[in-house]
Amino acid sequence: MHLVYPTVLASLLFAIGVYGVLARRNAVLVLMSIEIMLNAVNINLIAFNAWLQDTLLAGQVFALFIIAVAAAEVGVGLAIVLMIYRTHESVDIDSLTELGDAQGAPRGTDRAAAVAVEAQVR
Amino acid sequence: MTVSSLITVLAAEEVSVPIQLSGTTWPDFAWLIPVFPFVAFFVILFFGKRMRTSGTAVGIVAIAASLVVSVGVFAQAYLHPGFVEEKKVILTPFGDGRLTLGMKVDGLAALMFVIVCLVSLLVQVYSTSYMDGDSRYTFFFAMLSLFTTGMLIVTIADNLLLMLVGWEIMGVCSYFLIGHFWEETPNSNAAIKAFLTTRVGDVGFMIGIFILFWGAGSFEFSTIIERAESGEMPRNFVVAGTVAIFFGAVGKSAQFPLHTWLPDAMAGPTPVSALIHAATMVASGIYMVARLYPVFELSGPALNLIGVLAAITMTMAALIALVQDDIKKVLAYSTVSQLAYMTAGLSVGGYTAGFFHLFTHAAFKGLLFLGAGSVIHAVHSNNMSEMGGLRKYLPRTHATYLIGCVALAGLPPLAGFWSKDEVILDAYYAAGFGNGPEAVATSPIVGKMVFASAVVTALLTAFYVTRMYCLTWLGTYRGKGHPHESSTAMTVPLMILAVPAALAGLWGSPFWPDGHNIKRVVAFAGQAYHAPELVPVVAGTSVALAALGVVVGFAIYGKGLPRRDPTLSMGLVTKTLERKFFIDDLYLHAIVRPTRSTIAAGSNWLNQNVFDAPPNLAGKGAVLAGRAAYAVDQSIIDGTVNGSGRMSYFTGRALALVQNGNVQAYATGMFVGVVALAVAFAAR
Amino acid sequence: MTLAQAAPGYADVTAQEVIFILLGLVAVAGAVLVVTTKNVVHAALWLVVTLAAVAGSYLMLTAEFIAWVQVLIYIGSVVVLLLFGIMLTKAPIGGTAGLDGENRVAAAIVATALGGTLATLMVDAFRKAYIDLEDFTASGADETGTAIFQHYVLPFEVVSVLLLAALIGSIVLSRNDEGGP
Repeated sequence: MHLVYPTVLASLLFAIGVYGVLARRNAVLVLMSIEIMLNAVNINLIAFNAWLQDTLLAGQVFALFIIAVAAAEVGVGLAIVLMIYRTHESVDIDSLTELGDAQGAPRGTDRAAAVAVEAQVR
Repeated sequence: MTVSSLITVLAAEEVSVPIQLSGTTWPDFAWLIPVFPFVAFFVILFFGKRMRTSGTAVGIVAIAASLVVSVGVFAQAYLHPGFVEEKKVILTPFGDGRLTLGMKVDGLAALMFVIVCLVSLLVQVYSTSYMDGDSRYTFFFAMLSLFTTGMLIVTIADNLLLMLVGWEIMGVCSYFLIGHFWEETPNSNAAIKAFLTTRVGDVGFMIGIFILFWGAGSFEFSTIIERAESGEMPRNFVVAGTVAIFFGAVGKSAQFPLHTWLPDAMAGPTPVSALIHAATMVASGIYMVARLYPVFELSGPALNLIGVLAAITMTMAALIALVQDDIKKVLAYSTVSQLAYMTAGLSVGGYTAGFFHLFTHAAFKGLLFLGAGSVIHAVHSNNMSEMGGLRKYLPRTHATYLIGCVALAGLPPLAGFWSKDEVILDAYYAAGFGNGPEAVATSPIVGKMVFASAVVTALLTAFYVTRMYCLTWLGTYRGKGHPHESSTAMTVPLMILAVPAALAGLWGSPFWPDGHNIKRVVAFAGQAYHAPELVPVVAGTSVALAALGVVVGFAIYGKGLPRRDPTLSMGLVTKTLERKFFIDDLYLHAIVRPTRSTIAAGSNWLNQNVFDAPPNLAGKGAVLAGRAAYAVDQSIIDGTVNGSGRMSYFTGRALALVQNGNVQAYATGMFVGVVALAVAFAAR
Repeated sequence: MTLAQAAPGYADVTAQEVIFILLGLVAVAGAVLVVTTKNVVHAALWLVVTLAAVAGSYLMLTAEFIAWVQVLIYIGSVVVLLLFGIMLTKAPIGGTAGLDGENRVAAAIVATALGGTLATLMVDAFRKAYIDLEDFTASGADETGTAIFQHYVLPFEVVSVLLLAALIGSIVLSRNDEGGP
């Protein structure tokens, strides 16, 4: 078959997976979207392996390894999600913003000094 | 002297060429004469308060020393009439307009030295008693010394600038001395009036100095005289210079129209009046004209002007003296009138006669003033209406005062007659009568005016002198308290002055050996003058008029103050005389009030807004610049610094939005980058 | 290589191509449903559909072993794990409204751009490429096993260690009483 079909399929699946990763709020759904992306990559590998008729079957072996790693990754990922669930009572990604900049005062300074600095600057 | 010589008109004589004295003689030390009182001034000023005698001893010793040197110099002058000694020290040895400190000692100066030193000494001795107990006793003596210094500088100076220095010193000292009792406003006003009026004259004086300098190229008297006589100095300069410089004399010697200060200056202590107004300062104007007389002789207009002013002043002052009640005021107006006699003498070519009168006047007027001081001291009042019958209370003062009065009235053989007669005689010749010496530059009309005025004034003088004498010394005492004779320190000077008042006139009379009479001593070398003489018509007229005045005076006032003093009852005439011919009023309304109000306000406005404008504007500009710099600093410079800080802050805030903690947002950014890279690689 | 041989045009559609296209459509549909459905459990089930379709396309590409491993591992264990995760995090069983985050629009744009770019790129690059499957018999399970244990033994062992590490890590992470990690 034309190589175009597998590769285009892989591209579409990958794009959909990207959308899911970026848009979904539930952490588990994000993990699922990541699985979709990995599968897209696998299709690509298999297709190229077939096209190139690799005697070493590198593409397939690589795809196998990807599956194994994906499984491991899902395990660990879910463990993390459980931890998050334990501390936050929800797995809403949008609420997990402790690592972000507090949008009122600069990090690392206390509130009073920050207010004073702001007043002086203004 | 035989009768024939009495009526012979002596021909004009010329003094021979100036004699230079050989060897070291008294005139070599003449420069010490002003130095002694000058040193005394500083010593009294700085140490006087601490001395036992409060500095008076220093002043008296200094002036006595000056008197000794003056007598020595005068002896030389007397023995060698026509000598001249000039010395100078050049102060600026480069350039053409050299400043020199020099002395010119001749007969004129020598006589002046003696007059000034003698009167000053007597006044200082007198003041030790008169001013005793005054709060500013020491300062008074310091000022007397300084004043004497000033007058002596005027006397000794050989150039106009140095004379001006002495002139101004005298002006300042007269201000201090007249205003000695400045706690009362009329006294300080009198001092200011004296200072300002003489200052007005000084303006003319300085203009005259510069015109003469411009014309002659030098400030020195000898040079100016020489250049004027040789014709090197153009005639315009001669006339303009002499007219201008005479105004200084008008101011200092209290001639019309600048005479108003002298009567008011009687507010000062009486010794001051004696020194300044009888003998010295007022004489300085006469002296200055005498110093430059050869130049004046060439200037007819100047001499005419002098003559006219003298004639007016003479009579006017004598008339005003008729209605005065204050004894010092009578003497003041008398001084003005007698000064006019001196200037009249100058105007008609007889400067030696005028100077002779100066000499005798110094003696008898000084005597009269000191005597008046003694009377005032005894009666505690200046007004003659509160005196009378003092003959028995103050005998010594009375005797000397009487001598002074007779001298002033011009009765022979006392001094006043001889000098007055010489002046009248010169006027007589200038008027064209008689066979006088060759004509002087004065016009005959002026000469006639002067002659008439002099003759009338002689009558008036005798009258008011008699009035003054009678009201003070005769009749019954009208005052309060018990008057008593003054102390020795006050009466001795009176007695000393009585001698020249009585006898000095003889020195200028025809009875003195001709070679050494005063006129010759005082005359310049090469100066045309005529020896003293008695012309019967003239002399007889003046004596007769004086006698008439005395007799009428005695008739009216012989028994003291009459119930109705005729001079005070002449209605409008009296009023005019009392108001001093309204001249003071004229000055007040025409000059003083406008100056005080408008001119003063105008010059204040000018000063504040025009002259002070540049520094004010500079100050305001500096303030504005400071403010602008501050604003720039605050807004722009600090603003830049602050702005950069603010920009960093806001940039940081903006960038912080990226790190919002949302993992998916980060991933989105990453994928955008991936897409971009992919597109970039694909597009190649 | 037979690559350069004149590839048949696109008009010649073989049976394999047809099946592949159908499976591809199923996979894409399933994936779209995974990322858009409002029910979390449904999303997991649609994931199963997607993974199965992908396994089928492996078969079409003569990768038998991989296809069955996919079914076994992915559908068998990964999806089960995911379901466990859903249940343990008490995801709402029914549908919830706010499953899509705030990022939706940006994500859609990015995904579209990415997909478009990649697809265009692939089409442009591999237009003339053709997978010749007639002569290719060397990709069966035999061959895959031989390749793994002959040439890729080391990566294989490493992957086992990796799995072990992941296992231990998961246990450590999810321990309850002794605190966190």
